[in-house]
Amino acid sequence: MEKKEVKGWLYLLPAALFLGVFLVYPLIDVLIYSLEEGYNFASQTYFGVGLYNYSYVLHDPYFLQALKNTFILVIITVPLSTGIALLISLGLVSIQKLRDLYHTLFFLPYVTNTLAVGLVFMILFKKTPYSDGMINLLLNMVGISSVDFIDGPYWAKMFVLCFYTIWVVMPFKILILTSALASVNPLYYSAAKVDGTSRFRTFVKITLPMISPSLFYLIITGFIGAFKAYSDAVALFGTDLNAAGMNTMVGYVYDMLYGNSGGYPSYASAAAMILFMIVLTITCINLLVSKKYVHY
Amino acid sequence: MKIVLENLTKKFPGRNKKSKDEVIAVNNFNFEIPDGKLIGLLGPSGCGKSTALNLLCGLLAPTEGKIYFGEDEVTNLPAENRGVGFVFQNYALYPHLTVLQNIMFPLENLKGKDKLTKEQMREKALEAAKLVQIDELMDRKPGQLSGGQQQRVAIARALVKMPRVLLMDEPLSNLDARLRLQTREEISRIQKETGITTVFVTHDQEEAMSISDMIVVMKDGVIQQIGEPQKVYDEPENLFVAKFLGTPPINVFTGEIKEEKLWIGSDFCMDVEGVRNQEVYVAIRPEGFVFCQEETPERKLHCCLQAVEVMGRDISVVATHPLLENVVMRAIISSETKVDTGRKEISFELKKNKVFIFNKETEERIYLK
Repeated sequence: MEKKEVKGWLYLLPAALFLGVFLVYPLIDVLIYSLEEGYNFASQTYFGVGLYNYSYVLHDPYFLQALKNTFILVIITVPLSTGIALLISLGLVSIQKLRDLYHTLFFLPYVTNTLAVGLVFMILFKKTPYSDGMINLLLNMVGISSVDFIDGPYWAKMFVLCFYTIWVVMPFKILILTSALASVNPLYYSAAKVDGTSRFRTFVKITLPMISPSLFYLIITGFIGAFKAYSDAVALFGTDLNAAGMNTMVGYVYDMLYGNSGGYPSYASAAAMILFMIVLTITCINLLVSKKYVHY
Repeated sequence: MKIVLENLTKKFPGRNKKSKDEVIAVNNFNFEIPDGKLIGLLGPSGCGKSTALNLLCGLLAPTEGKIYFGEDEVTNLPAENRGVGFVFQNYALYPHLTVLQNIMFPLENLKGKDKLTKEQMREKALEAAKLVQIDELMDRKPGQLSGGQQQRVAIARALVKMPRVLLMDEPLSNLDARLRLQTREEISRIQKETGITTVFVTHDQEEAMSISDMIVVMKDGVIQQIGEPQKVYDEPENLFVAKFLGTPPINVFTGEIKEEKLWIGSDFCMDVEGVRNQEVYVAIRPEGFVFCQEETPERKLHCCLQAVEVMGRDISVVATHPLLENVVMRAIISSETKVDTGRKEISFELKKNKVFIFNKETEERIYLK
């Protein structure tokens, strides 16, 4: 028994070493950085230990803006993208003809480069001196005046960011959900049919519980992914996100390290720790909730 | 509720796109199932018995023909409006719901004037659970139950709405031998207690024979014979039915009728009055042999002894014969008979009512006067 245990640990050692060096150590290091006040990168010195960095970050209007943006993004995109993906997957599994074609079409965004997609969105949404962009042309046709989605009002920019995020994360969710739906034994549907179950009730009482593990997986990874959003915003609004007012938390961390206002590893670490705590809390809540609703 | 089938036919389009061969799973079924009986649909795998059951249930629509429940035609009625209970082969219990929730599920679908309160539902579910003796397992999930218990839950779920007709698809095939024996008696008991017309599908002839009031033997989508189990066993109408029923299986020989006498090779077996000369199959039930201790030339079937299997109550004599269609033949005789295992050659007399003669081409029964 003991020998077996030693063997087990031995097998785990390489992975544990890598995780330790590249994950656990940096995590602790970040925590230390975040507590060292006035840390100087060049001289490797600091004045004292305390929570000043956190206080600074939490009072920084740019950080608060990033926090707000990230939260809005998470709250809007995670439920919407999962919901829409579920609808599309339901549609996909119930059609016979052209199913493969639609599968491919819905999967295309997944294999497309983020920045390329961003460019396409720019063309669709951006207002330039020469053109109002495709979406604005459509809006004009139904009698709504043009809006500058890229450099215009906050809600318009947020709309584009959410739209973009949902569009980018959708294919993966559709992929997971279609396979989850296809793996539900059709006998359950036959049984429900014989019992006179309405379609809605069949969906709520049978389909949803059956695919709940996949759904839950998508919600958790969706939350984490949305909290870590950065490249999407860059693709749409460029690298100076603070100026555009569209910064995200990861964007803030990056800016603090390398951006125009960069060179503040302590502030960056504090912001990163705050992000880490938020993601951890939300994931824990998710896990707790899932225990009640997810059927394995 | 009596069930009447009229010209019921189900064709499936061919799988292969090039050949347009249709598969006729159910071919022109005409029969009536009397009210309150237990009917066994019996046939080898792929003979269309499950299709027939799905047609009755309404999960499949027939290509032609009509189905009546009592006086009502239900041919085009969807499954949910037929008032049938269905027990699936793999039970199809909802794994995320408890036993109680599973049994209550059909009741929760009731709408309008049939709608029940939570209390009434619980009561009815408990009643159904008591009937199948699982009322102590109500809070378990299906994954925590044994095969036999799951089967009972499935039956309870099918019964809880008091269906007009109960349909069961291979209800015993997922159970081990012992449980199968027990459950089939249980099914018979439940059916008698509720009096619901029940149709079940099986490929196991023993299962069908033991509990059915009536069996329907099918082959390739065509009904071969309908009747009470004993009647079908005693009077098979064709070679297929004769071969399909009975364990050990019936022994089939090729024989010949010459001048109103039945011959198997050079052995003269019995007189067959009024039957013209022809080549025939002679099928003899294992219990149709009488072992002869001494050699007498008249009316004997001579065989080569291979082994004697002692089974307690009876003994089974395993022998070979050059004209035998089976690999070996088995004769079941009383254990009081002494069989000298050293003998190479043995001979049997035949019991006339256990010998069936079939035309060699049509495989239809030739009835003796």
